[in-house]
Amino acid sequence: MTATQASFIASVLDPQAAVPQGLQNPDGAPATKRFDVYRNNVSVSLADALETAFPVVRKLVGDAFFRAMAGVYLRQHPPKTPLMMFYGDAMPAFLGRFTPARSLPYLSDIAAVELAMRHAYHAADVPPMDAETLATLAPDALLQTRLRFAPATQVIPSDYPIYSIYRANTVADAPKPVMQPETVLITRPDLDPMIDPINTATARCITALLKGQTLGQAMTGVGDDLDMGGTLGLLLRQSAVTAIY
Amino acid sequence: MFDATAPSPLPARPGVGYKPQHYSAIMANPGPVRWLEIHAENYMGDGGRPIAQLRQLAELFPISVHGVGLSIGGEGDLDADHLARLKHLVGWLNPASFSEHLAWSTHDTHFFNDLLPLPYNSATLSRVATHIDQLQEALGRQILLENPSSYLAFAGATMSETDFLRDLTTRTGCGLLLDVNNVFVSATNLQTSPQDYIADFPLHAVGEIHLGGHDVDADETGAPLLIDSHGKPVVDPVWSLLDLTLAKTGPKPVLIEWDNDVPEWPVLASEAARADAVLASQ
Repeated sequence: MTATQASFIASVLDPQAAVPQGLQNPDGAPATKRFDVYRNNVSVSLADALETAFPVVRKLVGDAFFRAMAGVYLRQHPPKTPLMMFYGDAMPAFLGRFTPARSLPYLSDIAAVELAMRHAYHAADVPPMDAETLATLAPDALLQTRLRFAPATQVIPSDYPIYSIYRANTVADAPKPVMQPETVLITRPDLDPMIDPINTATARCITALLKGQTLGQAMTGVGDDLDMGGTLGLLLRQSAVTAIY
Repeated sequence: MFDATAPSPLPARPGVGYKPQHYSAIMANPGPVRWLEIHAENYMGDGGRPIAQLRQLAELFPISVHGVGLSIGGEGDLDADHLARLKHLVGWLNPASFSEHLAWSTHDTHFFNDLLPLPYNSATLSRVATHIDQLQEALGRQILLENPSSYLAFAGATMSETDFLRDLTTRTGCGLLLDVNNVFVSATNLQTSPQDYIADFPLHAVGEIHLGGHDVDADETGAPLLIDSHGKPVVDPVWSLLDLTLAKTGPKPVLIEWDNDVPEWPVLASEAARADAVLASQ
């Protein structure tokens, strides 16, 4: 009897499970340690992929915690495609429910930032719009304009200082995070993703623009601390805008 | 039968598995390296640096695309989405060669990121042949299929691996990628002769040769258990098997694979230089 691939993979994922029948050592005895090679390859390669994907989360929780957490994650969420560059899409939601990480309530949002940075890294290349294009529009026309965005562009809000925590763990001599809500804008001006802190009004405005609202609609009712010129300047500087329509 | 649109083949010289950390060194001075191999799945994003680097490298080097995720040995149907991704990549890149593995990695829509083994018998032969036909049809070209590293034996096997591969080449017209390190790892683990394996191998179908390093362990009885880790230099017995193989086949494209604990470029280039010396001595 030959083990089916279903029974093979069930035993690979469960270290306590019996080795499927029909898998042998050279002397014909049932394979044990030889089967463990596959158990080890699968769990180590998937945990390694998560480590590559979430270096800041790993730094925050430490190596041992991360490997244990990854072992739980990879069994609950094995990859759905062979594109390991995108493995870990469910990590933010997973960490939000993962009770051993409860003392770090911002962990889920940090994972969301790392995921967004990775998606930005692999996003399609689209030439940015000439920054002068907006300047040629009359004020009325400007208010009626909608923006098309480069696919790397993402806004991530949080109740926690995600920008400061991200910087403190990726840049030397970054200031120590202060416990306050922060929202970030993720873009990719050239080949390297960029992360910028934005205030709540700016975040609401950019989110509205991303949804296809006009500049006039997007600057209405988002809050007093909106600097529309500064917001457009940031978007253009980071090559986030590809066209107007 | 797929030669009409094929680009120039890989040169019978050394190549290396491309790692992004070596980009600047390769662009400055590739040394003995004449071609590069990439893992297909790493270049399936929409854009950004990986694709930009690949476009630049492809202007200077023949590229071999090596798939690690199609699960040709899987019990289920090939993943149509993944087949489409491979077709897209091969379509725009038009690489010198495309290869995949005699293994499975996907089950029930989940991908397990390892090359898992299958028994060799008439049922698996038909299934793998169908999958290769589908792949060659989708890509519009011949593929090379790589022999795996084996760690254990299947009670349900009725064919040798070499007979299985020979029948696949006859049924599908595919070529073969002979991984000489895998031959050594499998023969050691299954306590067979690597020289006999090479002698039985359908060498006429070989379009590329792989060399890589392995880890050394032991099973619960103390018998040697080699792990195909691609994280070390190629060992001398594997270099000897390369000599034996090339003496029978003549010069072939030879690749150094180093995927884990990737060394600085000079270390990898020196492995490629050794392969070049072996090729030159044929």
